[in-house]
Amino acid sequence: MNIDLTDTTSSRINAALVQARRATGTPAIGMVLTLVIVTDEGNHYDALKAAGEASKEHPSRILVVVRRPGRSPRDRAVARLDAEVRAGADAGSGEIVLLRLHGELAAHAHSVVLPLLLPDAPVVVWWPEDAPERPADDPLGSLAQRRISDAASTEDPIAALRVRAAGYSPGDTDLAWTRITPWRSVLASALDQRHGTVQSAVVEGEEYNPSAELLALWLGARLEVPVERVLTEGPGITAVRLSTPEGMICLTRPTGALGGLEMPGQPDRHVALQRRGTAELIAEELRRLDPDIAYAQAVRFDPSRLRPAGGGETGGDTPRDGDPDVGNTTPEPGEAGGSDDPADAGEATAPEARQSSGESGSGTSSWKLTARKGIKR
Amino acid sequence: MSGDTTATGGTTPAPGANPLRDPGDRRLPRIAGPSGLVIFGVTGDLSRKKLMPAVYDLANRGLLPPGFSLVGFARRDWEDEDFAKVVHDSVKEHARTPFREEVWRQLSEGMRFVPGVFDDDDAFETLRQTIDRLDKERGTGGNFAFYLSVPPKFFPVVVQQLKKHGLSEGRGDSWRRAVIEKPFGHDLASARELNRTVHGVFANHEVFRIDHYLGKETVQNILALRFANTMFEPLWNRSYVDHVQITMAEDIGIGGRAGYYDGIGSARDVIQNHLLQLLALTAMEEPVSFDAKALVTEKLKVLNAVRLPTDMARTTVRGQYTAGWQGGVRVPGYLQEEGIDPGSVTDTYAALKLEIDNRRWAGVPFYLRTGKRLGRRVTEIAVVFQRAPYSPFDATDTRQLNNNALVIRVQPDEGVTIRFGSKVPGTQMEIRDVTMDFAYGESFTESSPEAYERLLLDVLLGDANLFPRHQEVERSWEILDPVEEFWAAGGRPEPYTAGTWGPKAADEMLARDGRSWRRP
Repeated sequence: MNIDLTDTTSSRINAALVQARRATGTPAIGMVLTLVIVTDEGNHYDALKAAGEASKEHPSRILVVVRRPGRSPRDRAVARLDAEVRAGADAGSGEIVLLRLHGELAAHAHSVVLPLLLPDAPVVVWWPEDAPERPADDPLGSLAQRRISDAASTEDPIAALRVRAAGYSPGDTDLAWTRITPWRSVLASALDQRHGTVQSAVVEGEEYNPSAELLALWLGARLEVPVERVLTEGPGITAVRLSTPEGMICLTRPTGALGGLEMPGQPDRHVALQRRGTAELIAEELRRLDPDIAYAQAVRFDPSRLRPAGGGETGGDTPRDGDPDVGNTTPEPGEAGGSDDPADAGEATAPEARQSSGESGSGTSSWKLTARKGIKR
Repeated sequence: MSGDTTATGGTTPAPGANPLRDPGDRRLPRIAGPSGLVIFGVTGDLSRKKLMPAVYDLANRGLLPPGFSLVGFARRDWEDEDFAKVVHDSVKEHARTPFREEVWRQLSEGMRFVPGVFDDDDAFETLRQTIDRLDKERGTGGNFAFYLSVPPKFFPVVVQQLKKHGLSEGRGDSWRRAVIEKPFGHDLASARELNRTVHGVFANHEVFRIDHYLGKETVQNILALRFANTMFEPLWNRSYVDHVQITMAEDIGIGGRAGYYDGIGSARDVIQNHLLQLLALTAMEEPVSFDAKALVTEKLKVLNAVRLPTDMARTTVRGQYTAGWQGGVRVPGYLQEEGIDPGSVTDTYAALKLEIDNRRWAGVPFYLRTGKRLGRRVTEIAVVFQRAPYSPFDATDTRQLNNNALVIRVQPDEGVTIRFGSKVPGTQMEIRDVTMDFAYGESFTESSPEAYERLLLDVLLGDANLFPRHQEVERSWEILDPVEEFWAAGGRPEPYTAGTWGPKAADEMLARDGRSWRRP
């Protein structure tokens, strides 16, 4: 059922939640967390849809904070809270409250959200776009155990990663990192088998792809070897190559769905490496609410350390010759790793842009951040 | 030998470890190493409804190694493609996770079919060649699990054939594992015989007995509930617990299983394995760690402490359903089922009272019951607590208050219920039972993995936590054998009408102790 409240307060919303719960005949609360989505009018639909799907796996109270500071001085002068409470069948397996914060109230979202958090249950804040520089210091972020940002939805994803690294606090995580879990798990299981020392690594993928960048950083941090970035036209990450004395371990995904794994002395095999939708990413994020140490290690790894000590060619036989130095020093901006992701608003306009940026970038070191201008919104 | 270079810093791996693995990195799932699965009796129901979908679901969740191969063995004139088609159909129909073409493609490339009967040497030779070829083409590394989804009478011939054709032992450090399904024999002697047969070919730790109950989330949760929390374990003993009821009820009859079921009966079919395992998990002491060895040690200890029933006329009940109405459908009695001898004394209902002789449980009876054509399908463990030793309230105030209880619902509607008394709002002091409920479906995923997914993955990983070992199986038969002998000595099962909660004698068994069965 839906309850619309205009010009309301948190306590009236709470009362409406109880009322909705009684009306649907499910007084027991099995919800395990509160998910706060901070977004704007244009993006809340997609984000809410993804969160609603994820709530099937993690029944939660979803609070959608839509800020409407107003365009005119008159609008800005009025502080008003409108809310829409959804429970029962409309809300998946949980409760949804859409909060519209008008005028001055837009700057005080935490005062609205705080009374609406589930008692004693973890809080997760997700900024589908425009995450604050230091999420943990944000008034809303400070309420949360887990703070989810998405570098791929920013104007300059690679710079955004640097911001994430600088502003990191335990509990922060980024969907660009979530997107590479399948890659990481296949690579880790490949190294579970007998293999020689990895001497160097290559990550191939679209330019401006924060996931490719994070994957390179992770490999650099874990393997402590030079990691080269090679630009391809995508989609997303297209290959990872690890060179060992016995030969190359290659994990490739040319099409965005089916991957291939080549290991020395073993037949080539296919691996399912499909790109995942935002709902799946959020569901994965909500599975563990403790600080993600591996993410912290990867995102804060100094990109300059990816360069080979001698500065020479390290990657081995790669299809495109990226200039290793440039590929390393300048972090990779890029398309969202999970571009099938409905919340990623840039996606709609991306194909054309991706092509052009891919062309300008592929095989040369001449790509610049300016190539991104005009792609987003 | 692995890629460890200049180890510096706290999170860098130890020499020899996989540098990409970090215990703090909780996102990375355990993926089985290169391996394949060979299913004997692949055309059977279990294989189509559970195993194949489980394999697909595992692949879909990215938990199977690249190159994972599935080999079917059965008496059908099939090509690999026919087999892939059958798997495809069963996956489409029964898989839990959505169908994805790319996952299917990856999986179907590794599907092979070997036609043949179990005593056919040529067929096993073909199987061996198939496996060798898979090692070359798919990189399965010689690691294969053989799933014997066949009636137990074929176990000896299959394992002997595996041995004869050099399939039972891996080369180098590769492994070969045997997976067997219940029944693990029909009494102690036959169970020992079976164990000898299988262990004669496969090493102890390479034999995995599937008790799919142990793969269920709720059953694994028993240990979490007991040993990860503080508020239950202090009450979990004779000082507070009055008795424990473990129920596994089915609403279906024997269906098409007449040939198997008649002569076996519900006690052998269910109590020997599922219910005694649930009893062991409910009653055992805390294991020192969570590995297979520590668990089996504790489970075996408590099973060894179970006092064998002596006065069997008073502590055991067997029943047989008669025609009746169940859930609005007219159903025949057991003796009228197709293929059943009209004079059969097979039990379709069995109830036991067991006691555990140790400090924790002395004097606390464990009532076990199972049956077919009962009120509804339910499996649960109910820990019923003693009444408060003194009540400041009048007897009339608490007339509607029963014993507190903690109920672990294993299936369906998995969860935990706590029942306790609460004051009814109003001017009078009146106390009535209320329940507090935790439902898996509500607090966790809608799509928690199927038991078979977990168990198959554990087989491939070589993780034996959730599999009963042969000592447990043999001990369970030791507990049940005297009962079966007593029943075989004479008399008939008590009749009960289909769709009810079992024979009167079972109610009387509890009434003698001043207790009653829960209506689950």
